[in-house]
Amino acid sequence: MSKMTLSRRGVLTTGAAAGAGLALPTYLPAASHAGFTNAPTGSTVTLGFNVPQTGPYADEGADELRAYELAVEHLNGGGDGGLMNTFSSKALQGNGILGKKVEYVTGDTQTKSDAARASARSMIEKDGAVMITGGSSSGVAVAVQALCQEAGVIFMAGLTHSNDTTGKDKKANGFRHFFNSYMSGAALAPILGANYGTDRKAYHLTADYNWGYTTEEAVRTSTEAIGWETVAAVKTPLTQTDFSSYIAPVLQSGADVLVLNHYGGNMVNSLTNAVQFGLRDKLVNNKNFEIVVPLYSRLMAKGAGANVKGIFGSTNWHWSLQDEGSKAFVQSFGTKYGFPPSQAAHTCYVQAMLYADAVERAGSFNPCAVAEALEDFEFDGMGNGPTLYRAEDHQCFKDVLVVKGKENPTSDFDLLEIVEVTPTSQVTYDASIFGGELGTCNPGA
Amino acid sequence: MEAIILQVLNGLDKGSAYALIALGLTLIFGTLGVVNFAHGALFMIGAFCAVTLSRILTLSHTIVDETQKDFLGNPLKVEVPYVYDWFGQATGDVIIDWAVPLSILFAIPVMVAIGVLMERGLIKHFYKRPHADQILVTFGLAIVLQEIIKYYYGANPIPTPAPSAFVGSFDFGTMLGFEANQIIYPYWRIIYFAFAAIIIGAVFAFLQFTTFGMVVRAGMADRETVQLLGINIDKRFTLMFGIAAAVAGLAGVMYTPINSPNYHMGMDFLVLSFVVVVVGGMGSLPGAVLAGFVLGILESFASMREVLAILPGLNQIIIYLVAIIILLTRPRGLMGRKGVMED
Amino acid sequence: MLGLEAKDFRLLILVAILTMAAPFLLNPFPEGSGLAQFNAGYPDLMQRFVIFGIFAIGFNILFGLTGYLSFGHAAFLGVGSYAAIWMMKLLTMNVIPAIIVSVIVAGIFSLAVGWISLRRSGIYFSILTLAFAQMSYSLAYSVLTPITGGETGLQPKVNDPRILDGALTEGGTPKANLFGLEMGSSIEWGVGNWLFTFNAGYYVAAIVMLAAFYLSIRIFRSPFGMMLRAVKSNQQRLNYTGLNAKPYTLAAFVISGMYAGLAGGLMVAMDTQVGAERMFWTASGEVVLMSILGGVGTLIGPVLGAGAIKYMENILSKINSDILHTWFAFLPDGLEDFVVTLIYPFIGKGWHLTLGLIFMAVVIFLPGGLVEGGQRIARLFGRKKKSTDTPDGKTTPAE
Repeated sequence: MSKMTLSRRGVLTTGAAAGAGLALPTYLPAASHAGFTNAPTGSTVTLGFNVPQTGPYADEGADELRAYELAVEHLNGGGDGGLMNTFSSKALQGNGILGKKVEYVTGDTQTKSDAARASARSMIEKDGAVMITGGSSSGVAVAVQALCQEAGVIFMAGLTHSNDTTGKDKKANGFRHFFNSYMSGAALAPILGANYGTDRKAYHLTADYNWGYTTEEAVRTSTEAIGWETVAAVKTPLTQTDFSSYIAPVLQSGADVLVLNHYGGNMVNSLTNAVQFGLRDKLVNNKNFEIVVPLYSRLMAKGAGANVKGIFGSTNWHWSLQDEGSKAFVQSFGTKYGFPPSQAAHTCYVQAMLYADAVERAGSFNPCAVAEALEDFEFDGMGNGPTLYRAEDHQCFKDVLVVKGKENPTSDFDLLEIVEVTPTSQVTYDASIFGGELGTCNPGA
Repeated sequence: MEAIILQVLNGLDKGSAYALIALGLTLIFGTLGVVNFAHGALFMIGAFCAVTLSRILTLSHTIVDETQKDFLGNPLKVEVPYVYDWFGQATGDVIIDWAVPLSILFAIPVMVAIGVLMERGLIKHFYKRPHADQILVTFGLAIVLQEIIKYYYGANPIPTPAPSAFVGSFDFGTMLGFEANQIIYPYWRIIYFAFAAIIIGAVFAFLQFTTFGMVVRAGMADRETVQLLGINIDKRFTLMFGIAAAVAGLAGVMYTPINSPNYHMGMDFLVLSFVVVVVGGMGSLPGAVLAGFVLGILESFASMREVLAILPGLNQIIIYLVAIIILLTRPRGLMGRKGVMED
Repeated sequence: MLGLEAKDFRLLILVAILTMAAPFLLNPFPEGSGLAQFNAGYPDLMQRFVIFGIFAIGFNILFGLTGYLSFGHAAFLGVGSYAAIWMMKLLTMNVIPAIIVSVIVAGIFSLAVGWISLRRSGIYFSILTLAFAQMSYSLAYSVLTPITGGETGLQPKVNDPRILDGALTEGGTPKANLFGLEMGSSIEWGVGNWLFTFNAGYYVAAIVMLAAFYLSIRIFRSPFGMMLRAVKSNQQRLNYTGLNAKPYTLAAFVISGMYAGLAGGLMVAMDTQVGAERMFWTASGEVVLMSILGGVGTLIGPVLGAGAIKYMENILSKINSDILHTWFAFLPDGLEDFVVTLIYPFIGKGWHLTLGLIFMAVVIFLPGGLVEGGQRIARLFGRKKKSTDTPDGKTTPAE
């Protein structure tokens, strides 16, 4: 278990000092070598894994970190190689990245943008990380993405679902594999129409911040397009824990569907409260009352327990997918840790692999070369079917899963079942609709 | 009209949670003169007593079932709780189903023990220290307690449902002559409200009608004189701390079916419950209860969409806004005494 | 010197030397060694040390002198930050207007909050300040999203107006600067295996911090400071002498709010981003922790406290189990695993636990904070001569 943590700066200075003789101090204007920030010079390259380790998303962060550790193991030739065997690009050899052994540093985002930036800056400034990845909220993703753009390193977003990340706040150095609110709405609406009919009255409860707004907007537009009526949309404070006073008036409004635009703890509590109120046993307008959760996460669904049964939602990836890529990933993650990976783990693992592959194909760690290699890159075998990394907004376009809470789960993690795999074409949108300016890539230095 | 009745009901239920925590805080402040920032953590530990008991009840051994496969394609290992072996599956299911109410019995001794331990081990050294030091050391303790819970139970919420008999809701509307489904209220919340009322009543009765309570009240008024009478007031105060911890813990146990417990639920409640205590008036037990219900009901009203349409964002700030108005118009909160905590 | 008594002047010089030499002092371990993990001499953390130092110094002017415990100081930091980022979006990326405006805006906001909150004292005052701060946070996160950016916060964008700046070069990103000197630019100096980083932003912040520190010494020693201490020791007696304490406490409140605004403005100048969590009540609690940990009412204490907490947050949280295994690799395997298991709960994701424990220990055993700890150690070594910054014993903590 012993490993030398030798940073880029360590190697650099050792070399420089040896060259100049120990007695003579050497002056180095910061980062004015090699043409880009933190160019790896020794036999190793350092990646920064910035995930929430404290705060309410700590469990998700822990799963992300497991995925990163697995990715590093595979990149360095250890384990069973995981997705490298099924990935359509064969550039990765299992000998690190460009022959350099992959090392990593970890940090705690605390799910706060300030802390996340502090942690990312320490990775860039102190540890010489050439790429930052991870995170479990859009606020953090946007903040760290802006930092990476400024510092001249690549940012591979972790779990972030807001349209903003690759919409109005997109940056040339930032890339997102995860899907977004728009895609959730576009994928969900047809399924909801098919199962619940096109003559429905929806009541939205929306978390009162950016992600909530974009999700409400997406689900609203796409369900209204199939003929649903939106009766009301009420905003709930992020810090709310008891949603009873928001849920109680739902039946009075004459609505027969409740859409919970909530994530994490908010989702667990509002769903639990709604089920407690017996909403799902009611008949309104001669139809069964239904609840919809646009963004599902298995880790969070676990917190809501039996309340998720039969409730529709969307997700980026699920371990029960039967394609070769998903099976390979579940196999190697499950063998190492004893339980199946979450969607957060999957997106993080894939992001690390995609970065490494892009570097191999570009033949350089230079962020601009890597960005070029990722832009309009088409790949397959990573668990979501054929995928495109679109050049205009650095967003991945791939199939989206519509899932439903399972009626008879056989285990703690067997909570969701896949209802439909919505094809890419149905969730693709024009890159310009969210505004924002991608800018040009910044190599730093 | 229906909407207003509904929100009063909601407010009563929210208020009972606030009132229970505020009551415990005030008991500790009133008897020992200590501002206990770890009170939210006690609430949280109470909730985790329920989690722990349901884990104990579902302690299992595994049987390998060759007919089913797990996610890696190996034979599925089925967990069989020991209670199934001892009582049969039907009775076992009922026991597991009733884990939350059973936790009350489990939580009382645990919480009293934690309370007494806390008072003897830490708080008693802080009686003579400034309030600021008390706030700080108990705040530090709250961080430590919640991190320990997080270490063992993880950061995600853990579902602890109410017994299936109490799932669903009661239709108040039809009783009052409204149409069906206009005013519905979950059974468990009715139970929670009744439970809070009983606990609050019991605490007041205990202080009012027992000798023990009389001595404690005398001690709250003038500790030295009571000591001069040869009464060991310290021992009683320690026990009061245990009782206050139990009140917070029970509030937590009964709250678990409403919101799945997580390690930071105590901190979420802490700030609010302090606002409640201060609005009620430091050291006043009836004030704490009254303020709990007043703020609960106002919060419910502020969340109505008719109100939000006029004042967007009011639901975000209502509690603090009310606190500011009350403190500016009534210097010591609703029922506070002069000279308490003003140094 | 500079209107200071000799011992205060010596303290100021000491602090000046320490901050100027921080890139050396905070990087004691050679690069590549196992202990390099503990080096704190990189720009971001050094900047945070001095910025939170300013925040804590300002908080101490209110809490240390008047005894009024504000639980909402993070709101002023946040408001200052928003003011600064808007200056950068509208006017110029030069940090001077941003910092000046952040101080002014925070001052106005704290005047309003202080004027209302200071009608009450004791815990009622604390709750009032807490209420104002929580309202600011909640509104900034939600309904004020058009102004504050809500969850995703605000960053300078390429297409912001910035009427005083020339057009950006093609492909350039807006960077905070002081008349062209970029805050992010550094000079690295390698000596042997050591590497020292001299960052422009850090030195700008450090000079501002020294000025803030000097000002706080002057306030502590002035008749005004004396009056504030009178408010703390016995406000009633002060009232009986016919003096109205309110203008003095309000002035202290506004000054400390302006310090918070200055810290907020500097944070934006060093790292151009604002998020609403900066105003959450835990952030207000953090500055209280800093002051207590370092030593309330002492001049240097809050700065030490700020440093200690930021060090833990940034260094301790980055140690993961792999690094632990590297450290204890010399032990036999079984023992290595055992030692790692023993330490693991306290580092990395467990750093909050360590923070809580240290904090409790300080409050229990060292009510005077780290400064008192230093005094005790100094006394332990039986120095006859009174040390420069700690003139008397435990009864009155140094000021």
